[in-house]
Amino acid sequence: MNSQDINIGVKQNVWEKIKEIRSEYRFKSMDIVAQIFDDFFELHGDRHSYDDKAIVGGIALLDDIPVTVISEYKGIGGDDSKIRQYGMPLPEGYRKALRQMKQADKFHRPIICFIDTPGAYPGVSAEAHGQAEAIARNLYEMAALQVPVISIVVSEGGSGGALALGVANRVFMLEKATYSVVSPEGCASILWKTSKKANLASEYLRLTSNDLFRFKIIDKIISEDCQFTDICRNLKKALKDELINLMRLDGNQLKNDRYDKFRYIGPPHIIFNK
Amino acid sequence: MEDLFIKCPKCGQVHDMEEYRNNLFVCSHCNSNNYISTSKRIELLVNPNSFVEINGELSFQDPIKFPGYEEKFYKFKNRTGQNEAIVTGFATIGDYDILLGILDAGFMMGSMGSIVGEKVTLLFEEALSRDLPVIMFSASGGARMQEGMFSLMQMAKTAAAVERYSKSNNVYISVLTNPTTGGVCASFAFLGDIILAEPQAVIGFAGARVIKQTIGEELPEGFQTSEYLLEHGLIDSIVERCDMKKTLIKLLKFHRRDDV
Repeated sequence: MNSQDINIGVKQNVWEKIKEIRSEYRFKSMDIVAQIFDDFFELHGDRHSYDDKAIVGGIALLDDIPVTVISEYKGIGGDDSKIRQYGMPLPEGYRKALRQMKQADKFHRPIICFIDTPGAYPGVSAEAHGQAEAIARNLYEMAALQVPVISIVVSEGGSGGALALGVANRVFMLEKATYSVVSPEGCASILWKTSKKANLASEYLRLTSNDLFRFKIIDKIISEDCQFTDICRNLKKALKDELINLMRLDGNQLKNDRYDKFRYIGPPHIIFNK
Repeated sequence: MEDLFIKCPKCGQVHDMEEYRNNLFVCSHCNSNNYISTSKRIELLVNPNSFVEINGELSFQDPIKFPGYEEKFYKFKNRTGQNEAIVTGFATIGDYDILLGILDAGFMMGSMGSIVGEKVTLLFEEALSRDLPVIMFSASGGARMQEGMFSLMQMAKTAAAVERYSKSNNVYISVLTNPTTGGVCASFAFLGDIILAEPQAVIGFAGARVIKQTIGEELPEGFQTSEYLLEHGLIDSIVERCDMKKTLIKLLKFHRRDDV
């Protein structure tokens, strides 16, 4: 048994966990960024037509290492959250993220992504502006990056809208975070024609950090059994350690490492093990 | 007993089955390019007897032991005679050898789970190693919920396979059919060098109902149809079913490699 396998003492109900991480009192991605990085300089816009505030991206220092930091950000509440679509990015947001990731690639700068979203914004102009294409393009281009990429799921990893920042060499999750192909409400609607059975769906979906670590879909769980500042300190150390490891690989090796991570995800049956 | 008549699912017009079949399962009243089985699709597209299936034996995975999944899966397997929602293989269209993938909306809504993702990936890897073009027909309700995060990961896996394949100087033509939505739309389907769609196909990321709830308004006329996407600059062309084969041959001819 892997020593990193977190044995959560109290068996926490999944639905309770979900309500907690969706709460307005839950810390947000940029709260963590403020703790872990220095000199964060925000870069705005998709260099085309719009600045989607659901995505906050820029350059910062992780101790003395310049990194590109990209976050899905739900905002501080009220109007601030509203203008950020409550952390649900538009195609313009994904294109902003991509622009900055490609720039990081150009300057051989590692990329750290913070995932926290109910999902990509489901709107008319989001569709008209190519939400599907924007997500697909991010998956494709992230696979091509020749720098270390680490993604952290802070609270909600909402399906494709989360994965668009999640094609990384390593994926971490905070202990209480969830990461799912569909929301429990969406799942319940499809299965039982009522979203009221979301709590049952949330058990079926196996979306907790513990589940995903056991499935080897994520690489590390960051404990939340401590104060916020300690969570950040632990995350910073984990990031630094992992970055130093990854920075030993050259561009091609990083690209292949990332390809293999996603290539061989699957049940441990023979057909997936080449 | 075979039905003698069929009702168009789009406009409700009733057709004589024979006439409907001769019209390639397209409604002669509203021109909706309706559901067509995988075997029929292959028959319409490829040179006779040229289709050689690969990886057809890959079937049922239950990675998160989702309640009811196994039973549902085998119901579709028995109904369609297929092992999964996608069929992949070698084919020849006109003068051109290709790798061909066809998603079938009749098999669990064409949803993508681990095996569909694996077959798509193997198809692109095979095409890379054989130096051949790829044609993919998509039809999907999205990622397969019953495999949880394993389904979501297939989006990344297939997109990465397309990226690796892009180094090969061969064309990847993606054809979007009704419906192409969710995680399939937001991965390999929208990564074609050339993206075609059949007329009036529903194509989009989020479901119309969710969007309507979010914005609290009626949706625009023709929202999320091929025609809407064309107007918004998102796809290259709409091709009628009766023109699909010759269009693909023309595109393959443009991309033929004289160095091979």
